[in-house]
Amino acid sequence: MPNRIVCLADIEKSFGGVKVLNKVSLSVKEGEICCLAGENGCGKSTLIKIISGVYAQDSGQIALNDRSYSRLKPIDSIREGIQVIYQDFSLFPNLTVAENLSLSDQVESRRAFVSLTNMRRIARESLAMIGIEMDTDKTVEELPVSGKQLVAIARAVYCNARLIIMDEPTTTLTQKEIESLFALIRHLKEKGISTLFVSHKIREMLDITEKITIMRNGRVVASGDTGAFDEVSITQAMTGRDIGGERFHWGGSLDEEPLLRTEKLSKKGAFSGIDLSLRRGEMVGITGLLGSGRTELALALFGSAPSDEGKIFRNGVEVSIRSIQDAMKNGIAYVPEDRLTEGLFLDQSIERNLFANTYKKFETFVGMLNFKKIRVTASEAMSNYGIVSPDIAMPVRSLSGGNQQRVVLARWMSTGAQVLILNGPTVGVDVGSKFDIHKKLREIANSGVGILIFSDDIQELIINCNRILVVHKGRFTNELDSEFLKEHDLVECLNANR
Amino acid sequence: MAQGLGKIIKSENNIFQLAVITICTFALMCWLLPGTFLTMRNFRSMSFQFPELGILSLAMMLAMLTGGIDLSLVGIANLASILGAFVFVKLMPANSSHEVVVAYIVGVVALALFVGMSCGLLNGFLISKLNVPPILATLGTMQFYTGIAIVLTKGAAVIGLPTQYSVIGNGSLGVFSIPLIIFIVLLIFFAILLRKTNFGINLYLIGSNAKAAIFSGIKVNKNLMISYMIGGCLAGLAGLIMSSRTNAAKADYGTSYILQSILVAVLGGVKPTGGSGKAIGILIAVLALQFLSSGFSMLRFSNFAKEFVWGVFLLAIMIVNYFTNERNKT
Repeated sequence: MPNRIVCLADIEKSFGGVKVLNKVSLSVKEGEICCLAGENGCGKSTLIKIISGVYAQDSGQIALNDRSYSRLKPIDSIREGIQVIYQDFSLFPNLTVAENLSLSDQVESRRAFVSLTNMRRIARESLAMIGIEMDTDKTVEELPVSGKQLVAIARAVYCNARLIIMDEPTTTLTQKEIESLFALIRHLKEKGISTLFVSHKIREMLDITEKITIMRNGRVVASGDTGAFDEVSITQAMTGRDIGGERFHWGGSLDEEPLLRTEKLSKKGAFSGIDLSLRRGEMVGITGLLGSGRTELALALFGSAPSDEGKIFRNGVEVSIRSIQDAMKNGIAYVPEDRLTEGLFLDQSIERNLFANTYKKFETFVGMLNFKKIRVTASEAMSNYGIVSPDIAMPVRSLSGGNQQRVVLARWMSTGAQVLILNGPTVGVDVGSKFDIHKKLREIANSGVGILIFSDDIQELIINCNRILVVHKGRFTNELDSEFLKEHDLVECLNANR
Repeated sequence: MAQGLGKIIKSENNIFQLAVITICTFALMCWLLPGTFLTMRNFRSMSFQFPELGILSLAMMLAMLTGGIDLSLVGIANLASILGAFVFVKLMPANSSHEVVVAYIVGVVALALFVGMSCGLLNGFLISKLNVPPILATLGTMQFYTGIAIVLTKGAAVIGLPTQYSVIGNGSLGVFSIPLIIFIVLLIFFAILLRKTNFGINLYLIGSNAKAAIFSGIKVNKNLMISYMIGGCLAGLAGLIMSSRTNAAKADYGTSYILQSILVAVLGGVKPTGGSGKAIGILIAVLALQFLSSGFSMLRFSNFAKEFVWGVFLLAIMIVNYFTNERNKT
């Protein structure tokens, strides 16, 4: 029996009260190609960081090559031959291929001077180990994505990797590059090197892997030989149906004048010819793969990166949206994609986060703010949006992800916006909060606000939107009525664009 | 009530600690030097010394709140005071009547504020519109403003200011010196501006996360420009006090103030990364440094011990803060 390189049992991990991993078990044998699958935010990345020793588990056992570790450190993990290739590859873009490949050797040998010939030799050797040839004097930033990936793999192999963990390795590769990557993974298998393939692309997992472990909301929901799965059963396991609930119905009529309409909206290099309409009380979903131009579209509608061509109408009147202030004046609100860097002022109080753009409303004579009124309004908003905290003076950092997201939502709704644009509204939010946020969004829609949801979360879109638009290469390719839409069909539709 | 006080102490931990240390320093000096430190004469002399640094430190705090820094403050102060001094020396007729001199003084104050504001506007423009990092932008303008002052004066001091003018830096109202009164009024004004107005809160938000501020529709550039302009005005005012106190204006006067004002701001709990700091912290920090320097010069260790003692004090505060913050974490 081949020995097990990684064996995790009942791993648990919480961040700020949110359980990210709940009794997760996983094992990878020598020479095995495994897949760890799941949607964004299901706990995959946290699990990888536990295997590589970046995070410590709260409870559960870790054994690498049958040695058990109670507190695994990154250096132990590397010594046991675990190498992680992250999406950004962790290479030095300004250094050459040879320098990147020989760096760890250079550090370890403690030589004071750099020998160019030595460096080139190491680089050639490590590339030969994975059967690749390339110009080692090129800087890494000159290489295409697939080239960078090869350098990262070569470096991992040269560091005596026994298991290579690849985080979403195919996201930015072309079909041909994916095929050669797969050939390389099989080549590594022959050498006894295992691969843990982290992905949410179903076809690829069926193609390449021998064993699949599927996670959802921090738990392993299915695990077994790849032969036992098909696309339908994987989709089902990944998306789950446990918090499904009722689908959103829109009672309005299409004859009504749209709240927001665009005509041939274009931005060079991002999107073109976008015709979009949003009516009172509608929830319209917009989805597409990474790089499809959907985030750029959201930013153009909010004025932070304005469009170059086309028209935007609000209630039938043409408006010019060239800045965020223009968008606000026209009642358009935007809840950003990355709550931590774009949405919140982490060290500042909940109060300041709630009223960041509406303090002006509380000005009394000579510009002094009426803090009594602010406190009353804040506690109203907090109960209205279900934000739980003992004190509005606490920094917003102290709140859980779901509560933080509700703060951003409350901030924007207090501006009296009529069009609400949400970008990934429930990324990094736990299941319970997700459900509450969806409920709140429906309430907002029912009050006559039009909502545009930009999201990857297929289930979220189907349940909450009455229409879903698919973006590919900057254009709308499909418009789907979500009434009877199956998750599987939407996944198909997205994959067809690949 | 006790709970409320406890909460304040906890949330303003570092300022509270500094206050305790300042009071200890004060008590120590009083104990060591009962005859010289704890006297009205000493308090009066101190009350003329620290307001200059205090006002510059307020301006520094304003820049640091937004995550920036303003190295050009002393340059602005000297340029403003030199231009003001030129008005007196070159434009004002000799043997003017008292009323005329007073009118000129009002004009010079207005000129200094205007010069400060214009210099601040240039800083703000470089930082917000051209996205030059604040430390580089103000390093450049520091050289620029000081350079103008040197060219205008050829490096010499401008002297011969009217006696009425020296009231700003040397006069008193009752027991309080005029510089102290100006400083306290500014302190109260800024405490209110920062805590109780939309503009003040916007500065904290910008310092805390500029990107989120942009996405919240806060006019980041406009707010930054205004904050550097206000900082420039404060520097101009400090320049007036300096030239009035010494009865001369010089291009390289008080250059050590620039680093000292950063020291005061940091001691007073202003985070160099932005988003936190209070006016009251500036008062406590500047007092602490004044007690130390006056006390040590009276102890006659050395007339040059001031810098050394301040350095030790800053290091001590940072170490104490580190350990208490570590303890609070767990």
